[in-house]
Amino acid sequence: MTMALPLAADRAGDQYADGSEPRSVAPTPTGGLAVPTIRRARDLAIWFGMAAACAIAGLLVVAVALVLLVKAHPLLARVPISQVLLSDVWRPSGGQFGLRPFIWGTAWVTGLAVALAAPPSLLAAVYLAEYASPTVRAVTKSALDVMAGLPSVTYGMWGLLVVVPFVGSVAIPFLAKHCGGLPAHSGRYAAGYCVLSGGLVLATMLCPTIISVSHEVLQTVSAHCREASLALGATRLETVRSVVVRTALPGLLAAIALAVARALGETIAVLLVVGNVPSVPRSVVDPAYPLPALIANNYGEVMSVPLYESALMLAALVLLGLALLFAVSARIVLLCTTRRVAG
Amino acid sequence: MIGRRAVDRVFRMGAMLVTASVFGGLLSVVAWTAAKGLGTVTWCMLTQTPAWSYYLGGGGGIANAIVGSACLAAGATLIALAVGVPCALYLGTYARGSRLAELVRASLETLWGVPSIVVGAFGFALMVWLGLKPSLLVGMGTVALLELPVIVRSIDEVMRTVPSELEEASLALGATRAETATRVIARQCMPGAVTGTLLAFGRGIGDAAAVMLTAGFTDAVPRSLTDPVATLPLLVLYQLGSPVDQVRQRAYGACLVLTLIVAATSLASRLVWLRLARHVAR
Repeated sequence: MTMALPLAADRAGDQYADGSEPRSVAPTPTGGLAVPTIRRARDLAIWFGMAAACAIAGLLVVAVALVLLVKAHPLLARVPISQVLLSDVWRPSGGQFGLRPFIWGTAWVTGLAVALAAPPSLLAAVYLAEYASPTVRAVTKSALDVMAGLPSVTYGMWGLLVVVPFVGSVAIPFLAKHCGGLPAHSGRYAAGYCVLSGGLVLATMLCPTIISVSHEVLQTVSAHCREASLALGATRLETVRSVVVRTALPGLLAAIALAVARALGETIAVLLVVGNVPSVPRSVVDPAYPLPALIANNYGEVMSVPLYESALMLAALVLLGLALLFAVSARIVLLCTTRRVAG
Repeated sequence: MIGRRAVDRVFRMGAMLVTASVFGGLLSVVAWTAAKGLGTVTWCMLTQTPAWSYYLGGGGGIANAIVGSACLAAGATLIALAVGVPCALYLGTYARGSRLAELVRASLETLWGVPSIVVGAFGFALMVWLGLKPSLLVGMGTVALLELPVIVRSIDEVMRTVPSELEEASLALGATRAETATRVIARQCMPGAVTGTLLAFGRGIGDAAAVMLTAGFTDAVPRSLTDPVATLPLLVLYQLGSPVDQVRQRAYGACLVLTLIVAATSLASRLVWLRLARHVAR
């Protein structure tokens, strides 16, 4: 009777970490060690519960993509996707849903934020990994964890009350005076709600992420390489430049790609400061309207306009695609680098 | 070669200055939030729900959002734990080293990379589909999606360090796989589970984009799962847009409360980790 319920271990057909087959833990039916049926049944039930939880968790991301795709389909059935993505006209009441201004808005804000955040963050990570004392490292690590977890509305409020006035009253006049040729239409929104403000706020939010990921990457470079270089007479800086950074380069790029993925989806902090005007920005002092802000500002009205919900879901799908492109490639690179160094 | 060493020293100074200014900038955001908020937080504000004239500068407080956010994040964390703990245990025991486990891990990493507003849009789409209204329950389910990868990864990372001898010893003593997983391995993963729970709670309570689309907003403390629920990030967002100065002042206070809650959970998770990780067998 006991044989009727095979041990779940056999069912899962798994292996130990070192690749060997599981040693037979199933007692023989004739032996006195036979596991009582009730325990085997419980084993099977728990196995089933865990496997089900695992399947649910694993399929969630597929479900997200599928639901968004199904919801976006009514619009795509009516209008070809190239037209939606490349059209400039956003008039929901007229049934025209051109996403191009929003995609460009996202690209401008994200690009500026990463360009502003990456250089100082990488430099800080190099300093922490190569020069700083263990105490400084421990303190900064805790601080970075806290900063990276701060709610985006905190950064958003800071941006609204500090960055926007600063950009409006200091940065834009400065740029206008010294860089000359600002586009003629840039004077329209002189209040400081523009790509530059969004980029500055977002850059501040990205710094903790880039520093902590690239710090971890730099720490995976083996001490032997470092010591060999130092023993040959190279200074710290030369070691950093020609050994550490060169070895860690893929990982550092991955840290930046991870930041891009995070920046693409940032909603509240950006929404508060970029101005939300649906036109393609032509310079950093123009207002922009990124995709997340589009979704957050308009979800309340979707029921009153046909195809509106479909258009917003398509916007979410585009955002998902962009974010995953960067996040997944970054994860793959990070996984490979840590494995290579560990192995 | 004095030149080379001088260059090294200059670089070192420069890097230190950049690091200090980056941290200074980040700390100034926190300090600014604290300075703005401190004067406006009062006991009444924390314990009362908004009066009818609240958004015109009248009396009342933000208890609706504090209780709402806490309920929402706690509920979402419970849902995420209910799925995440068995999932992580499965990955570390039955599916240890299997290709299926790698696939599920990759899928959860991907879920981590999905922006919160996209998760919100997904929740919103499902909600409309099922004919539900924005409510505590829908919000909890959506935020749980954001929290699940955090919990699974925290447990999974500890589980990788559990020596396989421990599992083998338990099996050799006649325990079944399930008994080994739930009584031996699970105990080893406690530090990871507690840390992950706190981190996930912090991510859930600070999130604004997903709850905006799925949890609604209300002036009352939620009484059932189908009530709409107010959350702190949204409260801050709405009050910031008010033309009344007193209402904006209270936004600063609410923002400080939220920031403190999130920072406290984040610090607590680190302390718990440092305290509990000592007891794990390696």
